[in-house]
Amino acid sequence: MIGVLSYLIFFLILALTFGIAVMGLNLQWGFTGLFNAGVAGFLAVGGYTHAILTGPARDAVFGGFELPFIVGLLGAMVAAGVVAIIVGLVTLRLRDEYLAVATFGIAVSIQLVAVNWEYMTGGTLGLIGIPNPSKVLADGPLRQNAIYLALVVGVTLLAYIGLQRIVQSPWGRVLKAIREDEVAASSLGKNPTRVRLEAFTLGCSLMGLSGALYVGFIGFVGATDFLPIITFQIWTMLIVGGSGNMKGAILGAMIVWGVWTGSGFAISKVVAPEWQAQSGALQAVLIGLILVLTLLMRPKGMIGEDVTVSRHATDL
Amino acid sequence: MILQHTADGILSGAIIGLGAIGLSFTMKILRFANFSHSELLTWGAYFGLIFISVATAMGGFGGTFGPLSFGWPLILALVFAAVATSLLALLLHHLIFERLAKVTGHMTMVFASFGVALLLRNAVLLIFGADPIYYSNTLQFAVKLPGNVRVLPDQVFLLGLTIVVVIALHLFLTRSRTGIAMRATAESPDLARVSGVNVNNVVRWVWVIGASGAAVAGVLYGLTVQLRPELGFALILPLFAAAILGGAGSLYGAVLGGLIVGLSENLSVMIIPTTYKPAVPFLLILAILYFRPQGLFGEKS
Repeated sequence: MIGVLSYLIFFLILALTFGIAVMGLNLQWGFTGLFNAGVAGFLAVGGYTHAILTGPARDAVFGGFELPFIVGLLGAMVAAGVVAIIVGLVTLRLRDEYLAVATFGIAVSIQLVAVNWEYMTGGTLGLIGIPNPSKVLADGPLRQNAIYLALVVGVTLLAYIGLQRIVQSPWGRVLKAIREDEVAASSLGKNPTRVRLEAFTLGCSLMGLSGALYVGFIGFVGATDFLPIITFQIWTMLIVGGSGNMKGAILGAMIVWGVWTGSGFAISKVVAPEWQAQSGALQAVLIGLILVLTLLMRPKGMIGEDVTVSRHATDL
Repeated sequence: MILQHTADGILSGAIIGLGAIGLSFTMKILRFANFSHSELLTWGAYFGLIFISVATAMGGFGGTFGPLSFGWPLILALVFAAVATSLLALLLHHLIFERLAKVTGHMTMVFASFGVALLLRNAVLLIFGADPIYYSNTLQFAVKLPGNVRVLPDQVFLLGLTIVVVIALHLFLTRSRTGIAMRATAESPDLARVSGVNVNNVVRWVWVIGASGAAVAGVLYGLTVQLRPELGFALILPLFAAAILGGAGSLYGAVLGGLIVGLSENLSVMIIPTTYKPAVPFLLILAILYFRPQGLFGEKS
């Protein structure tokens, strides 16, 4: 029983952590129509920033400022946001698929930096010993993880409520207006370029936050933590849950992460140890299947987009 | 050194160019960025491996051609890989992309290509394992060209075959009815349709040509480098860079784009650390999109 409970807590921590990134992506794609194929890169920026700000000091590597956890989270958001502004200024004028290719390239480049800039990232060894605040507050892994889960739930709720308010505000309606018809939106005096950049930056800083929570929980960050497959996973979460809906984003994260870990567990029980190396491939095949089948059978995902987002629209 | 880097750049550029032809046509005629296209290179390479293994098990077809590392099996493997990869692409088109194109926007096709890429790449990993594989264990001696440039005989073959494929494709696009219909569809699908062009047929030809080019590129990569399940995935950015540089829908653009990408990658190691080489195609993409978004050979829309 304790085993199931502790596993459930572990599962929820990671699913919600990814859920925050999915909400960020939802703001970008579901609401604004920005195709960000570089999610892994922004998770990495957040994760490394958190590690550098809160981690222990070490020789020959930058950082180790041992700052409080919350500073790490905020710093991760700021860093991912700053990278997003730079990236956005260069790429956001591109249309759809060019933006996808360009952002995919950014994630590849960020990973190259993570592997090679040893002074900043610890290179292939990564950065270890990132403090987890729950370790100070309680004894035993079960209690510690429960505390961390409470923290992640709190952050997720904050992000969810904040985003809901934002997308229901006039600014949020401009996002959809730009997505649907940019010319019409600009003829009403809106500035699509600016609003796009704002949505992109906010979405990426949520991805940074997600990366920081992930690293804070695992206590380690390495160059193989943010491979391109994470981008595919986050996208699958959004499509399965239903893009354009924040509840769908979280639901999708739960479902897809459930399938990923569940299938990993099942494979490890069934498949002989010498084939374990290939079990990851089977999991990835499953994710690919889910994405393609969802698009074919239920293109709006589990929960479709909310039709009206204005509180006043129903009064009419 | 600069001459050696140039030679290496041209050789890897030829593979990228061959692979990018299909991507470029897909972007122009099918109107979506196909992230799974690079996996067709991987599948082509492994289809070639299947053929060569079967041919060897059946006793082979005797010897190798002069200084080359291979004989008839590889030539036939190229044909087999092109046919098998085309069939695979048509199957994907029929099962997934065609259905999506009917009901949704072109960005849904891009997501779908994400999923297809994951499926294809990991299926190779499942079937063939992660270890690198070679078509043949024959050792080759490099040929010394003027300027102290060394190339392998197989690499000379690679370059020659690329030129043959490009000329054949050029003739196909300019002389055959199907080729002309393809170009018309690329210009304007609606106009082509009312002029009596069978657009569905054209779309199938785009897949066949793209997949064949990818398969040949994949086999040539396997021949001159090695076979790995991430073979295609590692080429995504170079392929996109070549297609975007050349301008979507342009045959010569894709090939020239491939050469530019190959040359820049290989020459870049003279000024930046080798470890950052994979970022070069990305920088090229940014530069071309910033200064000339329609590509070198594309027309302004």
